Amino acid sequence: MVEWRESQPSIAGVAVRLRRAGKGQPLLVLPHDIGAPAQLPLFDLLATRFELLVPDHPGFGTSERPEWMRNARDLAVMYRWLLTELEASRAALLGLGFGGWIAAEMASMSPADPASLTLVGPMGIKPPEGDIMDQAIVSYIDYARAGFHDQAAFDAVYGAEPSTDQLVAWDHGREMGFRIAWKPYMRSVTLEHLLGGIRAPTTLVWGEEDRVVPVGAAKIWQRAMPRARLVRIPGCGHCVDMEQPEALARLITA
Amino acid sequence: MHFMYFTEQPMSAYPAEEGLKFGATALMFPNKHFDPAEGSRLYNEFIDQYKLAEAVGFDGIMLNEHHNAPFCMQAKANVFAAVLAAITERVKIVILGNPLPLSENPVRLAEELAMIDMISKGRLVSGFVRGGGQEQLATGANPAYNRERFEEAHDLIVQAWTRPGPFRFEGNHYQQRVVNPWALPLQQPHPRIWIPGVISKETVIWAARHRYPYIALNTTIEQTLKIWELYDGIAAEVGFQGGPAYHGYLKQVHVAETDEKAIENARQFTWMQGEFTGLAHPVWSTPSGYGSPENRRGFVEFSTGRGTSPRRRPNFAEQIENNMIIAGRPETVIAKLRHVMRETRPGIMSLWANDGGISQADSLNCIRLLGQEVLPALRETAKELGLESPFEANTPVSLAQSTDLTPRAAAAE
Repeated sequence: MVEWRESQPSIAGVAVRLRRAGKGQPLLVLPHDIGAPAQLPLFDLLATRFELLVPDHPGFGTSERPEWMRNARDLAVMYRWLLTELEASRAALLGLGFGGWIAAEMASMSPADPASLTLVGPMGIKPPEGDIMDQAIVSYIDYARAGFHDQAAFDAVYGAEPSTDQLVAWDHGREMGFRIAWKPYMRSVTLEHLLGGIRAPTTLVWGEEDRVVPVGAAKIWQRAMPRARLVRIPGCGHCVDMEQPEALARLITA
Repeated sequence: MHFMYFTEQPMSAYPAEEGLKFGATALMFPNKHFDPAEGSRLYNEFIDQYKLAEAVGFDGIMLNEHHNAPFCMQAKANVFAAVLAAITERVKIVILGNPLPLSENPVRLAEELAMIDMISKGRLVSGFVRGGGQEQLATGANPAYNRERFEEAHDLIVQAWTRPGPFRFEGNHYQQRVVNPWALPLQQPHPRIWIPGVISKETVIWAARHRYPYIALNTTIEQTLKIWELYDGIAAEVGFQGGPAYHGYLKQVHVAETDEKAIENARQFTWMQGEFTGLAHPVWSTPSGYGSPENRRGFVEFSTGRGTSPRRRPNFAEQIENNMIIAGRPETVIAKLRHVMRETRPGIMSLWANDGGISQADSLNCIRLLGQEVLPALRETAKELGLESPFEANTPVSLAQSTDLTPRAAAAE
């Protein structure tokens, strides 16, 4: 179990809940749209090598909602600002699903900065076939479960019957997701054209059984970032971080 | 008293067993089950119902719109309003209402409504709604900005009607370079605006702050009284006296020659598997950001089967018992509606008189009995109770257009 140090830095007038743990190079972990639980085996594995910086996205979890925010790029700007405040501009970035989109936006706006970039089933680009799964028409639990190929892994993290508090948090996060990524849903129409300048060593990680962001989208990401390597994880869903933490931890370099 | 006729325009010819098999009869229920030939027949039957409603003495015809579902065939209330503007002579055309947040161009709505008002020679009542949760999903309107869009679109439409153009409109959700519609309402300063609703307190408060009558949609007597209390309290704060001219009430009412037949037909009010808008996933009816934050926990509990629906309706027998559905021969219905009128004192009543698979013959018969036997008796009751409609009371169309305000010291917020 990692021991978190919690703070609430104010960025763009918004109190952002930030948890920090571990020692080493800073690694900013940008969570899924369903948030990041307090404890995960992945954090244990990474905290031995990195100083983990894990925010609740503004408008998600217990971070304050920026009423003015209108798109995912706004979120990326806030995180660039946060890293500058923390004197960690060169932090490595680990973006999970929705957070992968934000991490890519961050890297695109300061292409020389991230020490490394790891994108796990990133949203943000239209898959050539299929669509990014739309939360708007499925229940909270069904959506969260869709992130897992192995339902036992979901149960291990959230319990077979997630608490009502958890459901309220998911509904709250959904609302913020809608506020900034309703149409087009959870993607940008410009991002793929802006990724070519990124110099950080980049790894795209995709669970082969990802039902939230079709793995076919990896092709578009690779076309946009020809130097990026793609690692496909067999027998794993969207939430590689929670289903195959060892495999993911091994891929993250400073 | 203003009496309106209302039907949801049910797509009664859809295969009900397919809906049960699919597990939903809204939003995602495949439209391969929609039969345009039956649709054409039904639309024309509804037109006949509306014509008869005017002929037998209704004061108004209430229209609405919904999307992607058999419970309501009107995908655009303004289309039927335009039809009625041309084929009726006397009735008010009461749209309850145009779902503003669904529109990307409210000026277009302002133009359509102005055209309807002119064609009908000033018979339009232009209600506005937020649109149900599923309507947001059916049309791609962002549920998280539903209320902001509603309020901003409303402001833009009223400006388009009342402020000399050309002018520019720069809102958060709507921006218009040139607002200068060459179609303006005949009624001055603008058509009356009525606001229907079910459970959102915010909407009641908003309506009262604008001095727009609020139409309670099929609520229980207790809920209705609570709504009036809230409305009239806000009214007093902003400087006018609430009361019947600002209170409207939609009731499900079906009449036939005998109580037995009327009650049998009235079962069709629960034809959508007992749900108002059909079977649907709870997250469709309340997408995140659409509801009041105070209801968030209740909705997530409901959506996962841990709580009951905030919109839950009792079974048919109970609804008959507690007058949520009123059905019977004219004498029965008159007695029950008199009771409801005494309890709730509305100045506007909408009679939702037919639904589901009630035959066209029975629907027309119901309209005839309502017009010839029920309405005359209820008008007497309305007189006794002093229930005046906004037209009879000659109320101003809005707070902004009022010249008689007497605000309390601690008004506004």
